[in-house]
Amino acid sequence: MTTVESNPIGFGRMKRKEDARFLRGKGNYVDDLQLPGMLHGAILRSPVAHARITSIDTSAAEAHPKVKAVITGKTLEGLGLAWIPALSHDTLAVLATDKVRFQGQEVAFVVAEDRYAARDALELIDVQYEALPAIVDARRALDPGAPVIRDDIEGKADNHIFDWESGDKAATDAVFAKADVVVAQDILYPRVHPAPMETCGQVADMDKVTGKLTIWCTTQAPHAHRTLYALVAGLPEHKIRVISPDIGGGFGNKVGIYPGYVLTVVGSIVTGKPVKWMEDRSENLMSTSFARDYHMHGEIASTRDGKITGLRVKVLADHGAFNNTAQPTKFPAGFFHIFTGSYDLEAAHCEVTGVYTNKCPGGVAYACSFRVTEAVYLVERIVDCLANELGMDPAELRMKNLLRPEQFPYTCKTGWEYDSGDYPRALRLAMDMAGYDELRAEQKAKRERGELMGIGLSFFTETVGAGPRKHMDILGLGMADGAEVRVHPTGKAVVRLSVQTQGQGHETTFAQIVAEQLGIPPEDIDVVHGDTDNTPFGLGTYGSRSTPVSGAAVAVAANRVREKARIIAAAMLEASPDDLEWEKGKWFVKGDPASAKTIQEIALASHGNLELPPGVEGHLDGECVYDPPNLTFPFGAYICVVDVDPGTGQVKVRRFIAVDDCGPRINPMIVEGQVHGGLADGVGMALMEVMAFDPDGNHLGGSFMDYLLPTAVECPSWELGETVTPSPHHPLGCKGVGESATVGSPAAVVNAVLDAIGVRHADMPLTPAQVWRAMQGRPFRTDLAIE
Amino acid sequence: MTVNGQEVTRDVEPRLLLVHYLRDHLGLTGTHWGCDTSNCGVCVVWMDGEPVKSCTVLAAMAHGRSVRTVEDLERNGVLDPVQQGFMEEHGLQCGFCTPGMMLTARWLLDHNPDPTDAEIREAICGQICRCTGYENIVRAVRWAAEHPAHEEVPA
Amino acid sequence: MQVPAPVEYERATSVDHALALLERHGPDARIIAGGHSLLPMMKLRLARPDVLIDINDLAELSYVRLEGDELRIGAMTRHRQLLESAVAGEHFAILHDAERVIADPIVRNRGTIGGSICQADPSEDLSAVFAALKAQAVIRSSAGERVVGMDEFHQGPYTTSVGPAEILTEVRVRTRAGSGSAYEKVERRVGDWAVVAAGALLALEGGRITEAGIGLAAVGAEHFRAAAAEDSLVGGRADEDAFARAGALAAEGCHPVGDQRGPEDFKRHLAGELTKRALRRAASRAQGQGG
Repeated sequence: MTTVESNPIGFGRMKRKEDARFLRGKGNYVDDLQLPGMLHGAILRSPVAHARITSIDTSAAEAHPKVKAVITGKTLEGLGLAWIPALSHDTLAVLATDKVRFQGQEVAFVVAEDRYAARDALELIDVQYEALPAIVDARRALDPGAPVIRDDIEGKADNHIFDWESGDKAATDAVFAKADVVVAQDILYPRVHPAPMETCGQVADMDKVTGKLTIWCTTQAPHAHRTLYALVAGLPEHKIRVISPDIGGGFGNKVGIYPGYVLTVVGSIVTGKPVKWMEDRSENLMSTSFARDYHMHGEIASTRDGKITGLRVKVLADHGAFNNTAQPTKFPAGFFHIFTGSYDLEAAHCEVTGVYTNKCPGGVAYACSFRVTEAVYLVERIVDCLANELGMDPAELRMKNLLRPEQFPYTCKTGWEYDSGDYPRALRLAMDMAGYDELRAEQKAKRERGELMGIGLSFFTETVGAGPRKHMDILGLGMADGAEVRVHPTGKAVVRLSVQTQGQGHETTFAQIVAEQLGIPPEDIDVVHGDTDNTPFGLGTYGSRSTPVSGAAVAVAANRVREKARIIAAAMLEASPDDLEWEKGKWFVKGDPASAKTIQEIALASHGNLELPPGVEGHLDGECVYDPPNLTFPFGAYICVVDVDPGTGQVKVRRFIAVDDCGPRINPMIVEGQVHGGLADGVGMALMEVMAFDPDGNHLGGSFMDYLLPTAVECPSWELGETVTPSPHHPLGCKGVGESATVGSPAAVVNAVLDAIGVRHADMPLTPAQVWRAMQGRPFRTDLAIE
Repeated sequence: MTVNGQEVTRDVEPRLLLVHYLRDHLGLTGTHWGCDTSNCGVCVVWMDGEPVKSCTVLAAMAHGRSVRTVEDLERNGVLDPVQQGFMEEHGLQCGFCTPGMMLTARWLLDHNPDPTDAEIREAICGQICRCTGYENIVRAVRWAAEHPAHEEVPA
Repeated sequence: MQVPAPVEYERATSVDHALALLERHGPDARIIAGGHSLLPMMKLRLARPDVLIDINDLAELSYVRLEGDELRIGAMTRHRQLLESAVAGEHFAILHDAERVIADPIVRNRGTIGGSICQADPSEDLSAVFAALKAQAVIRSSAGERVVGMDEFHQGPYTTSVGPAEILTEVRVRTRAGSGSAYEKVERRVGDWAVVAAGALLALEGGRITEAGIGLAAVGAEHFRAAAAEDSLVGGRADEDAFARAGALAAEGCHPVGDQRGPEDFKRHLAGELTKRALRRAASRAQGQGG
């Protein structure tokens, strides 16, 4: 049983160690890599959403003087690689063989001397398509007679993927049946995209002589990739090395194995040279893991005076053409059943139905914490709908229903055990920071003048840090992560992690954890990550799991080092280990501080000829494979203030107040940075980001001209606050924070805009057109082409 | 062309983009690319003293001109105040948009040594960051404005 | 990243040299100035010229100056130069209003006035601005120079009257005493094309409107102009009723198409609303009240 440190993690707002190279333009991103003889790959993609391939003629491309290889689905069939397992126990096509099933699907791969020639060669490949009707509207996917997308699956006669439910249906129905007030609302969380600034890509180098395959990949989960290549391609795992160098943002976009990655491996095997493939932005937006696309029908039951009694939700989940969502096996709808939110409910139930459509596969990405974004948006939107119905202030309604501190640990009506929280305190702090009452007064005065101002709240509870291996695996790989801490003879240390930073500052924060545990200065601690040859196994970084899982692993490993140091110090001091006391960086005999042995001295002795007690081995190392006993539950209270121009529908986000509780903060500067970034995501999704499709399945958000991301001008200066409620089961009490702001913020912005215009609901993104239409009483569907 | 003060000459295809010339031909990989439509701004460099999106300039168009990349900000082992500001204020996370942001900031401060927050945000509104939410980028530029002298930094 | 198809490159040293190159290489040669319209299209391979003629060295075409009663803007003037030009802003605040919302500051370092209006994208802001200002375009060929009004210049979407062996060299705007101008744009996000934009010029004398220009972007207005709306204002007072009438005519007379920026009814509404707002501010500026 691990214990919670009562002192805060040391070294606080330390500047980041990794900055040195980035500031000088000396980062090592995948596209920076140049290897001798390296070739470049490019992918030919389907221009249509659903069609039979009647012929592919690659002869002209093969004749191009700079082209070294052209690979088609037929080539891959011969290698047994045309289809690979998808992350959710489905299969996905690496290169289309029979049909293409979404616009942008991979059809052929060219390997050439340089990227310009590779791009030219794509135009020389002639593919003939026979168009088929496309399913673009998820709500039509299960219509009788709908075209079957996955006719590659034997016996498949429809587009249904799964049904899943959680909670007690009978109890929930009973609560609704007797409720004073029931509010129902259709709520769409549209398809959006993480769009990291660096697109996805890989260099694969198969060394024919040694049989070693070395891969440099923009992946958040290098070990998972290695194991999957071994399982799928039949390559011996000890001969595969996956390196994640510097990654220019991940946000869940860089978790799974994309066809392009497999193609670089095949390309390298076929040509005998290293092959690089870097996707362009349109490929990123059209063919890599999107996020959300949850069509939700929510209902909330309450008493007449605003005591919420029940929640029930039916969800239609659009998974695209292949089910490639990165979900833990037992949770096809991820952790959506956290939709119970931050409130004390009598009952709750959800049903999720997953369907195929002729769109890109995916769904779990963009800081979603495995569908926690959808769940939080649902509950925080519908609570506002209830407030609207009851004519009650949304802050008052929330305060009345928030879980109380004495209720923790709290098991919610769908089975999550929330670890800790003081919710009312966080909400009160946010309201104080915002000057809530003054804002409401200002709103009232403005309304009288015809000026529209809105105040929106969001109170979120997340469930992150997956997870206990008994319950959580991805493709059978348990979600426990390892860490190793070694102290060198001269007292410097190295910590090796299985998680993978894409900007979160791991090189600094993990050094801080070890520094605090061992008293070694952080600059003397090297953090190694991102290379399967040099790091312990783990499932990588996503779902805000690095601190809850790997942070715990590191803390436990460092603690083991400290305890071993105790034994060695005891040997040095010829005392009993029980007579020693620790003060950061040294062990000394109780009552005799002068006797202290520093960790550096202990390290040297452990490598020397000091006689060690029986059963104690030399060196000063510790390791841990941490199996988290539970997830952690960060939470927060957000308040957004907007001004809306009634004549044009334009929204200006004036202020955003965010109070976060992620337990103790190892490096508050880094935590705040994580929150800032996520808040911008909320502005983006609430006001401008969407991937819509026209009836033919054409992707309407395939470039940054159409898929709009917020800039510094749309974002206000974020106002942050904090409360600290440690997790009782984490060795450091830490909960994780990487996704909190992305999870909590969209509802705050949407609630604010709808509050401004006095409309109960309209779907994101609330572009000027949608705001104006909502004011006319005619909001439109945002997942389809606007007519 | 002159790149970071050095005369450089290469034979290239006319269609070669300046960003690829810098990265692939000159090995200056500090300049990045991130989109197809001149929107994201991670490719920003200076050309003839002004920030430009190097993905939307042909190398041939830069012939005879001077180009400055992020690698030129540090001088004799001393970080530019803009670089120092980004470190002090945690203005970067993944680092991918950072070179472009810093070059724009440097240009802004050379022309407007005491910008308001609104002016800073406007100056970088053609460049996207997905990590920082822009808050600390603005603070980083303010820091540089308030500490204009190059300071010694351990290399 | 997407990259252009193979192309040849020439660099012009003077306007005459550019014209000679155009004549020599024929209609598959394209002038490249700022390149921020042409290069993205080339990267997507929607444009595939055989030859690019780089005119960025033509400093002779880069100026903003007053000559007599005309503001003359060289075609190679960068957006940023126009935004920073005091003489431009002094006479036509609409130019600064518009430049502030064209693309982003980095793109404005490169994009040119000439390049933008020659691109003739139906959403292009300066096209609407110069339509409102009733500007004139100076087009040069080896045969000499001709001057055309904006109505003749703009022939349709992506089509101008500049011929294959011609170059736009200058845009001229007649200054009007007692005038004010303004531009109003709705965009989904900074740097986006307009959902709808409207620009207005009003010249007032003795409380009456002597001249009105209304330009519209992104709503399929013929020649980027709301002609009927303009006509309704001349001779009348610059008051809310007049603006409302003009707005309604502008909305009625345009042809917006629904797309991801907005449905047709919203765009039509904006055409009217933004016309009113632009007129209001133009009037206020004409009356010396700022705006």
